Amino acid sequence: MAIGSTRETGVSTPRAPTSATLTARAPGTVEVPENTILTTLDSVVNWCRKYSLWPMPFATACCGIELMAVGASRFDIARFGAEVMRFSPRQCDLMIVAGRVAMKMMPVLQRIWLQMPEPKWCISMGACASTGGVFDTYAVVQGIDRFIPVDVYIPGCPPRPEQILRAIMEMQAKIQRGGSLAGTGLPEQAEREKMLVEKQTMPPGFALAGERGDEDRFGYRLPGGPGELGAGESM
Amino acid sequence: MTSKETLIGMTTATGTGPPKDPHAATLATLARICGAGAFDTSQFRDNLRLFVPRERLLEVLGVLKGECGFAMLAELGGSDYLGYPGTTRVRFEVHYVLLNLETAERLVVKAGVDEPAPTLPTVVGLWPGANWMEREVYDMYGITFTGHPDLRRILMPEEFTAFPLRKDYPLRGRGERHNFPRLTRGES
Repeated sequence: MAIGSTRETGVSTPRAPTSATLTARAPGTVEVPENTILTTLDSVVNWCRKYSLWPMPFATACCGIELMAVGASRFDIARFGAEVMRFSPRQCDLMIVAGRVAMKMMPVLQRIWLQMPEPKWCISMGACASTGGVFDTYAVVQGIDRFIPVDVYIPGCPPRPEQILRAIMEMQAKIQRGGSLAGTGLPEQAEREKMLVEKQTMPPGFALAGERGDEDRFGYRLPGGPGELGAGESM
Repeated sequence: MTSKETLIGMTTATGTGPPKDPHAATLATLARICGAGAFDTSQFRDNLRLFVPRERLLEVLGVLKGECGFAMLAELGGSDYLGYPGTTRVRFEVHYVLLNLETAERLVVKAGVDEPAPTLPTVVGLWPGANWMEREVYDMYGITFTGHPDLRRILMPEEFTAFPLRKDYPLRGRGERHNFPRLTRGES
């Protein structure tokens, strides 16, 4: 049974099984009794978290049907410990956005995301939730990651149930990798916080980040950006 | 007014004799009460369409419901003919698809309305089912229905300012779909 990273574990076979006392044999080595595992508390907590995900199905379109198939017996999401679907965001820690999100729905999605308790994660399932898909119109949000944080993306229209199981496994690996009780959070959080600081120091009228440069190219209005963008897009 | 011979009517049950025009009685009643100048007709297959001037719309629809038995408003919709090839009429059109529940006769009544401030009288008083349909036309085209009891947007959010089915509105919008606060990991 190996839990967490092996760096701190350092399990070694005890050379003196009769002795129950812990004696330092040499500088830098620790004698560990039998049936004892050393690990970090963060690692154990993350191990508990990753096998007890409670998904919140935010299903707005046909991806939701595939999500139901994952919950049924043939694919059986319970094998990965994520079968407890709850329809209240206050009881969930994994939001699965399955389907397109209209601009009228986006404030609702953000509100539900804010209602979920920490720690929480988000899976963007399918082409529409990730990029808007074929619905490149005024009413459909072009990717939910523009407005809420997303941990794992699933391509497909709709994705196969196996892809959703794979995404759950990726999610578990990510949960095991990051997050701590001390509050340092996921490794990706440092990037986001850096971007947040950039946003605060950015003068109004400028883009947020280089990765969002395509919005200027397509004439979209950026949050806090100049309002007259898009006027040249007549037809 | 188109003569009856050019109308493609249904044939009689026996198949003998000239085709019978299913709209003959309706058109005769309408012409008797409102006068022949109240409407103009055209035909596409078996759909008879009446073009009514905006000022006489409510009068003609009232006669059609009260005297001709069109008890049901099957559909109410709008259209924008901006840049439509070969069009000679005004920009917007609102159509009313009427159904006579006893004779199964269907009739399309159209009314043109132009910019700026396109306005039509409401028909909620005649058919209460027009309430939400007129709200949808208002939402998508910005056509105001005077006298409507509750003329609000029905599909788009309340704070939406444009009328998205107008032809001069870009398909991708004017940035409305991107005007949301961005929640980050640190904030949420």
